[in-house]
Amino acid sequence: MSTTSTTLDATIDRQTHTPLGWLITRQTFWVFLAAVGAFIYLSFGTHAFFTTGNLYNVFRNFAFVGIMGLGMTAVIITGGIDLSVGSVLCLVGMVSGMMMAANWSMWIAIPAGLLAGVATGAASGILIAYVGMAPFVVTLGMMSLARSVATVMSNNTMVFQFGPDHEKFLNLGGGSTRSWFEGLANLAGPDTTIGSAATWLSTHVDIPNPAVVLAVLALIFGFSFRWTKWGRHIFAIGGNEQAAILTGVPVRRIKVSVYILAALMAGIAGVLQVGWLGTITTGMGSGMELVVIAAVVIGGANLAGGSGTAFGAVVGAALIEIIRNSLNMLGINPFWQGTFVGAFILIAVLFDRVRAFRQNE
Amino acid sequence: MPVLELNGISKHFGAIQALNDVSLSMEAGQVIGLMGDNGAGKSTLVKIIAGNFPPSHGTMQIDGRQLVFHKPVEARQAGIEIVYQDLALCNNLTAAANVFLGREIKKRVGLIRVLDYQTMYRRAGQLFKELKSETRPRDLVKQMSGGQRQAVAIARTRLSNPKIVLMDEPTAAISVRQVAEVLALIRNLRDHGISVILISHRMPDVFAVCDRIVVLRRGTKVADKLIADSSPEEVTGLITGAIERA
Repeated sequence: MSTTSTTLDATIDRQTHTPLGWLITRQTFWVFLAAVGAFIYLSFGTHAFFTTGNLYNVFRNFAFVGIMGLGMTAVIITGGIDLSVGSVLCLVGMVSGMMMAANWSMWIAIPAGLLAGVATGAASGILIAYVGMAPFVVTLGMMSLARSVATVMSNNTMVFQFGPDHEKFLNLGGGSTRSWFEGLANLAGPDTTIGSAATWLSTHVDIPNPAVVLAVLALIFGFSFRWTKWGRHIFAIGGNEQAAILTGVPVRRIKVSVYILAALMAGIAGVLQVGWLGTITTGMGSGMELVVIAAVVIGGANLAGGSGTAFGAVVGAALIEIIRNSLNMLGINPFWQGTFVGAFILIAVLFDRVRAFRQNE
Repeated sequence: MPVLELNGISKHFGAIQALNDVSLSMEAGQVIGLMGDNGAGKSTLVKIIAGNFPPSHGTMQIDGRQLVFHKPVEARQAGIEIVYQDLALCNNLTAAANVFLGREIKKRVGLIRVLDYQTMYRRAGQLFKELKSETRPRDLVKQMSGGQRQAVAIARTRLSNPKIVLMDEPTAAISVRQVAEVLALIRNLRDHGISVILISHRMPDVFAVCDRIVVLRRGTKVADKLIADSSPEEVTGLITGAIERA
């Protein structure tokens, strides 16, 4: 009947949410505002915050948590958790660092280290997806295992020299865009437009390498979450795993893949961090898993699974690092850091609860 | 040749005997109403056909070929679609995403293949319109009413060209207008030569649209006859046990 079909079309086309209305219900939006607000306040309220030196540190520090947060977000979206990422960071840093100290080339040592990380992630993933063990328990065990293996490997000695590729390795984690632009300027020559543009950029823009890696990885993850079949499937698994199984989603394979990704991200962060620190210690990454999980939750992901964004992970990591830095800047006892981070986690989860409560009314 | 033939299907879960030696034969374009009280084994039988788990004993033949399904995907590939009683929907995804779950449409952009949102929204919208449902493809399933969720689950079965469509209580929680649409859909499937097995508690629906009725009681088949040869009173008696066999 034509009357029912016209009313049907009219009902379907009726707009219920404006874009702005949608935005203000998003937790990530508010966290982003909080981070920007804190940034602005600190820039005007303190002398030292908005200096190139301090901003450089802030961006580099939050990059490590942000990179790991991307992998953790994928795991949390599927409804799992990975407590082993801090230990994997240490293990990968240790493997790469020790191989380089034994005079292996950087191009072999780093992939070898990352492979060790991937193997750890795969082991966790297989136990969780195919054997059916709980993610909390498996990754808790892996957390101890990985760090213990790393400590044994190090023989409890400190390593400072990284063999023939020492400089390049340190530049990976500790370097910045300045050296890229300087290199580009040298290649192009001073009297070309590219050359002079690169020279200008090398003096006025100085972004630490880890932040560049974070930006690239965040774009890749963000794209994958939204535009790939894999991305849609991880949300389906987090929303209703049984429905995903019944409709033919390769659930077990995908679960293994997210744990591998979490470990790979931890490995990348590990390699960069060793380069920045200039040494490998057995305590690297210790306790970092909780900071990463906090960043992901603050950034808007639901620990029960089914929601989360790459941008949220980055914003959550940024907020935590800005809090940490601001406590230093404002001269507040740094041990208050935990109170702020904890309070922010509670507020973030509360925000989500209030929204769910409102919807059920 | 029957499109579906079950021979001596039995299923036990540990000590519980869910199905006991059930045999069934179905021709193309037939609509079978599967009735029985709670715990009679209806959902178990349908889940075996849909490939959720294999039977403990017995065989299944599709178009004369003997098949064993280990996963629901295999059943789908053999031409069987199912609407589950709990609908198997993901609350955190949109209606269109749920319809196309496991069968997403992709398009090529440069060198990579990405999800084709436009086509999926459009196609899902078409399917919902055919079902006369007000479901909007972009809405999250979490915010939908029972009828709209039902439309999403039924729309899934329209994605491929199945030989057999199984429906587990499709009219249980929906509005009067939509019941009529679901029954019209079942007739439509029958007219296209697709067989339907309809599990339902609603006697008027079964008698309105089915050709045959099969009654299960405590895992055993107690009746398998044409609708024309039976009556609601007889079926009620069979379900409750007042009538032993028919």
